[in-house]
Amino acid sequence: MAQNLVGASETNQTGATNAGAETPDQPFGGLQPSRLIPGFGETPDTAVSPLADIPGLLVDEPAPDNPTVFEVGALNVFYGEFRAVRDVTMSVREREITSFIGPSGCGKSTVLRCFNRMNDLVAGARVEGKLEYFGVDLYSERVNPVEVRRRIGMVFQKPNPFPKSIFDNVAYGPKIAGTKKKSDLEDIVERSLRQAALWDEVKDRLNSSALGMSGGQQQRLCIARAMAVDPEVILMDEPCSALDPIATARIEDLMRQLKDDYTILIVTHNMQQAARVSDATAFFSTEESAAGDRRSGVLVEFDRTDKIFSVPSDERTENYITGRFG
Amino acid sequence: MTDIASTSDSLLSAGGSHARADRIFRLGALASGLVVLIILGLIVVSTSIDAWPAFSELGTDYFFGTTWSPSEGLFGILPLVFGTIVVSAIATVLAVPVSVGIALFVTEVSTKRVGSAVNLTVDLLAAVPSVVFGLWGFYQLVPVFQPVLNSIAGLVSGIPVLRSIFGQSSGVGFMTAGTVLALMITPIVTSVSREVFMTVPHNDRLGALALGATRWEMITGVVLPHSSAGLTGAVLLGLGRAMGETVAVALLIGASPHISANLFGRGEAMPSQIFRSLSEASGTFRASLFGLGVCLFFITVLINMVARRVVAVADRRLKGA
Amino acid sequence: MSETSKVAPHSLEGAEIATRRRIKNSMATLAMACAFLMAATPLLLMSLTVVVKGIGVVVSADWWSQPIPGDVGRVDLAGNTTMCDLGFGDPATCAGQGGITTTVKGMQPAIVGTLLTVVGASMLAVPLGVMGAVYLNEYGKSGRIARTVRFMTEVMVGVPSVVMGVFIYSIWVVKFGTAGKSAFAASLALACLMLPIIVRSTEEMLRLVPDSLREASAALGTRTWLTTIKVVVPAAIAGIVSGCLLAVARAAGETAPVVFTIGFVTTTNWSFSGQNTTLSAQIYSQLQNGGNVATQLAWGSAVTLVLIVLVLTLSARFVTRRFALG
Repeated sequence: MAQNLVGASETNQTGATNAGAETPDQPFGGLQPSRLIPGFGETPDTAVSPLADIPGLLVDEPAPDNPTVFEVGALNVFYGEFRAVRDVTMSVREREITSFIGPSGCGKSTVLRCFNRMNDLVAGARVEGKLEYFGVDLYSERVNPVEVRRRIGMVFQKPNPFPKSIFDNVAYGPKIAGTKKKSDLEDIVERSLRQAALWDEVKDRLNSSALGMSGGQQQRLCIARAMAVDPEVILMDEPCSALDPIATARIEDLMRQLKDDYTILIVTHNMQQAARVSDATAFFSTEESAAGDRRSGVLVEFDRTDKIFSVPSDERTENYITGRFG
Repeated sequence: MTDIASTSDSLLSAGGSHARADRIFRLGALASGLVVLIILGLIVVSTSIDAWPAFSELGTDYFFGTTWSPSEGLFGILPLVFGTIVVSAIATVLAVPVSVGIALFVTEVSTKRVGSAVNLTVDLLAAVPSVVFGLWGFYQLVPVFQPVLNSIAGLVSGIPVLRSIFGQSSGVGFMTAGTVLALMITPIVTSVSREVFMTVPHNDRLGALALGATRWEMITGVVLPHSSAGLTGAVLLGLGRAMGETVAVALLIGASPHISANLFGRGEAMPSQIFRSLSEASGTFRASLFGLGVCLFFITVLINMVARRVVAVADRRLKGA
Repeated sequence: MSETSKVAPHSLEGAEIATRRRIKNSMATLAMACAFLMAATPLLLMSLTVVVKGIGVVVSADWWSQPIPGDVGRVDLAGNTTMCDLGFGDPATCAGQGGITTTVKGMQPAIVGTLLTVVGASMLAVPLGVMGAVYLNEYGKSGRIARTVRFMTEVMVGVPSVVMGVFIYSIWVVKFGTAGKSAFAASLALACLMLPIIVRSTEEMLRLVPDSLREASAALGTRTWLTTIKVVVPAAIAGIVSGCLLAVARAAGETAPVVFTIGFVTTTNWSFSGQNTTLSAQIYSQLQNGGNVATQLAWGSAVTLVLIVLVLTLSARFVTRRFALG
């Protein structure tokens, strides 16, 4: 089955991004059919790729051909009467890293928090516009935000491990989701910590408090914790801003590895980081709101990362990239 | 092993047992929170019903009568209200300067170490049960107070007004009860004042010191003006606590309900009278005691509401500034 | 330097003012220290007196295991000639007569009663109080219901304990008669007293739990109730326990609400039903009895009560220090 999946993916890699190179050693691809396309897992033996039937995916899009995970159209976020972000339109592709950059206050974190409905937890926050996840409107009445958050994990700016043991931190999500058997939990914890490149450092002290770890370790623990619930997408809100350069480099390495299995959206303050790790980049900026008293965010440009950083089409993007603004 | 189809399905699910558990938990929490309101409501309703005979039969004689003599069937609560006010006023007047002094000492003068020792002492004072204060006051303080108060009375015996205010003492009475009560409310007044002083911006203090002010000038010039509203709240909270204190006052006030100018003489307070008599009382007497409970409830609730409002407003103004 | 000495008259004048100000400052500081002594000295005297007067009876095993000598009061009022046998009268005289100067001084019924009422009150008030605080901080927040409950809790903290006693007397003893007087009725009164204290301290502690932990848990697809049980309450548990211990200490020392509602016994009653007694009630009634034995019983009860309250208060401080958040 894994072979079929890999084969199917490869036949569809018309363009030559890094996808082809990654597929062979992709460790979990076979276990995660859900990360591919609708209906695929139900028909693993079909010779013809269902991708071929999806219009617009195989036509002359230049580089990326991964299926779309999120389709965002004219998204507006309000806090009470105040429109914090306006008119965001983009499509996020599977198993890519999409980065959000821009000056502070431009609403990039706010937009990121729409993707797993974390803004629901903020009193007075309201989202308008289209935000579809595999074709399902995330803000539909019938969608259960709790399930959304289980499928779409999140890593926060400041490492926020629970004041529990390392093991209990990682096992927290699976336990909540109903995994009870100790051996299953142990497997999940080991797998997640390995994925987060933390296993070797902590395997001998799984029962010690997570608060005793270094900042970088704590952040990788939070990544492991997010992965333990088997999400399909990971949102990262400035995951390295509280870390030193070495820890940052480790997290970036980790992100490149995780890309094989997960779709990642990352908000970053650091343009170099966006350029280093991401496949697509969204540049947000601020503009005076109608009332003129508060600044609201706006999506200026969304494109492939290399294009944004080499030939941006918007002047504001260029000013920001070249350091003339922000 | 989920696929996208089931992804969409489960995204759309209502959440099953967990959603129900969340609702039940929320309702349980809400119900627990509402218990506070329910109890307060029940206090008013239940005690008022039991007190109703006194209110309706005695009417103005109850609220404005100046004689409380159950054996004669006279239930005018003014002597008890008077006693409560006098005792708690004495306690507040004595406790406030001491408490503010301690709070200033902790926030402005002492080192952290000494400060935490002082705080511990004040906390321990707060932990001593009321009845132990009463016991100690009854056996240790009364024998000391009687000669002291009487010699003061002797000193002022020639002065017209003071003569009636500081009269003869039998040891127990308003002053003795008020003094012990002062000790008992010192912890709460201290801790609220301490919190009030801690909200004074540090930069304002530094500003005054940088102008060459001494510490005391800094306190009078910056800390106290900043804290006036908060301190009012602290005083009111102390007053409210003093009015409700029961056992210690019951043991030390002298159990003699009458209105008299003699602060050294015997008297009686509302909570003490309830405490002493409720278990054995019946008929109108019992209803009158329930009525005292209702009055006490409303007086203390009113004082506390005002106090909390004053503190909250002061707090908001400071934070807003 | 010579320049300065020329303005000596002026600076001398300044020094004079400075001296006056300095003295004023020192006097004020002294007054503040005195204020502390004015509160500390009585506390010290009181502790010493209580210990010196009461420790004698408390150290004997009888104190903890024997019933209360029930007829001290009646003998006192009767003033009969068996006073020496019951421990009244001048010890020297009594010793000369060969009478017994110390009778059995037990306080077990009151110790048991105190424990029963306090445990009963805690079982009622702690769950309600903690859940109420959870509502205020996790659900109600700044909504109208929560604001009302919060304000009324503050108000209820200030309701005198005697009023709580009157209230329970009214809804319980008036309805059920003397048969209603029991440890359970006293527990009800004490629970009313403890409830607002626990709500307030618990909410304070829940407020200290950083929102990042709630977000981390929510981002793993956890509902508020599970987040509360698994993350928020455990993170704040030290503060919650400490607040509850302080409320228990306060309740253990209360007299007024207990005296109306518990009745009087001289033999141990392990049941929540039927009349009972507590240490604080004993202090009051023994003091009313008067006489040597009764006075000793009162002081002994005071030592025992202070001991219990002190242990509770100090362990509250210990718990806060030892298991402080983070």
